Amino acid sequence: MLKRLGSMGLPLVVLVLIFAVGPYTVFNNPATLFEMMAFLALAQGINVLYGFTGYLPFGYVGFFGAGAYGASVVVLKLHFPILLAILAGGVIAVLISVILLPMLRLSGAYFAIGSLAAAEIVYNVVANPNLQSVTNGPYGINLAPVFNATLSYWLMLVLVLVAVTFVIWLRHSSFGFSLLALRDDPVSAGMAGVNIVRTRTLAWLASAFIAGLAGAIYAWHISVFYPGTMFDLNISIFAIVFTLFGGRATVWGPIIGTVVLYGLYNWIGFSTPQYFQLVYGLLIVGLVLFLPNGVMSLIGRRRKSRHAERKGAVMNV
Amino acid sequence: MSESVLDVRQVVKKFGGFRALDGVSLSIRPGEILALVGPNGSGKTTCINVVSGLYPADEGEVLFQGQRINGLSMSSLARLGINRTFQIPKPFKALTVEENVDVALRNIHPATPLVDDPLAFVGMDHVRDRMASTLNSGQQKLLDLARALAGAPKLLLVDELAAGMNPAELRQLAGKLRELASRGVALLVVEHLMGFVNQLAERVIVMNAGREIFEGSLAAAAKDATVVEVYLGG
Repeated sequence: MLKRLGSMGLPLVVLVLIFAVGPYTVFNNPATLFEMMAFLALAQGINVLYGFTGYLPFGYVGFFGAGAYGASVVVLKLHFPILLAILAGGVIAVLISVILLPMLRLSGAYFAIGSLAAAEIVYNVVANPNLQSVTNGPYGINLAPVFNATLSYWLMLVLVLVAVTFVIWLRHSSFGFSLLALRDDPVSAGMAGVNIVRTRTLAWLASAFIAGLAGAIYAWHISVFYPGTMFDLNISIFAIVFTLFGGRATVWGPIIGTVVLYGLYNWIGFSTPQYFQLVYGLLIVGLVLFLPNGVMSLIGRRRKSRHAERKGAVMNV
Repeated sequence: MSESVLDVRQVVKKFGGFRALDGVSLSIRPGEILALVGPNGSGKTTCINVVSGLYPADEGEVLFQGQRINGLSMSSLARLGINRTFQIPKPFKALTVEENVDVALRNIHPATPLVDDPLAFVGMDHVRDRMASTLNSGQQKLLDLARALAGAPKLLLVDELAAGMNPAELRQLAGKLRELASRGVALLVVEHLMGFVNQLAERVIVMNAGREIFEGSLAAAAKDATVVEVYLGG
């Protein structure tokens, strides 16, 4: 029992070491670490949706941007305290996900493209010059009056830890098993008593909430931004690639994917930026061809073969 | 309150212009094993799909323990006490064998279990820690059965479970299904293997082109001129 709890808590300990202890010891670059945490939160949010339900949300950035703008508007127009505004950012992302619930009737590529279109719609609403009095349209937001780089850094770490804890819970809870069952086969999941609509909806809302909070905290941290900053499609793509690289529906997958690939992205970006697209492209092709289930599947294979060795020959009924 | 567990009344199911079920009626009592037989495309599996909520009926009604169940979701039907196996097995491949059964146990929460250990009942006790994706096709079918039993069904729809099994396994499976019937479970069995049907069902319904063409014992069906014509040609 203690061993199990220990292994469940290990990802949280590692994250605290990297992001809480790291800046004071080996890697004093809070800006890079903060961005990495934002992608970690988003990767875990995508993990909840894509890993556990199979819906690939290319337009996931829509929730991120909605959270960022939602929190900003609440702070600037309604003068809410910043922490309450961040919560409001998450809630606004959830409200948008409620409006988009009919999209869950789609599947596969149709859902992926639909979510992309939905994010584009949210972006165009936010960037609309006619809404300048609310969102400041295309002219951007300035959160300088509430800017606090340190507190926003720690809050992003809290969000990452909460998101990872949520995924740990999913991996061990009956709700998580129901989601995985639904992902594998909705018909037999229905026959196993899984309420298909409710289960999918909850995962969708939770995923949107994580992205909304991440967007709100990110907005607070950078404090000056434009619609194009917050609704940049690359944000979705990076978070999806990080999740796939590490391995979906696992706790460690998005962590490994984000730390390795975002680290690589920064390293190449500084040392040899001209090769960045090439290296990333090759990585993605290699991932799809040789490791479609991510790095964590390698560990899974090793575990399985050790298990088989212990049990002897594979049994048949 | 109807005496039957299941009453299917004049059910029609259309796919475009094709009437896969064309006014089918049948009923099953608790503890009875009823076999649905007929050539490919005669509507047997469609009938099971309608009863289990996978397809909505276009006309007619389906009653379970006297309650109309048209339009209810599969999960609601599973909680009411209807469960099924699939012609092409549908395991949750990302889960272990035991977790597959746990999903049904935790979501259906049967008040009284039908069998103590569904996996042991179907003879899969020794593979409970294996990933469902590593099972062979026969094992996956038995896992479907174990998962269905975890929901403690009062009506079990069995869709070509015996396909691919050897005679010894067939006898064993027939014994298990009869044991379920002896515990009061009504079984609607779709099957092509007549030897297996003969071991199992007292009553058969022969279907052709979405309609029932015969109801009675298998022995009587074999002598019925219409059934013979459908199976062997005129």
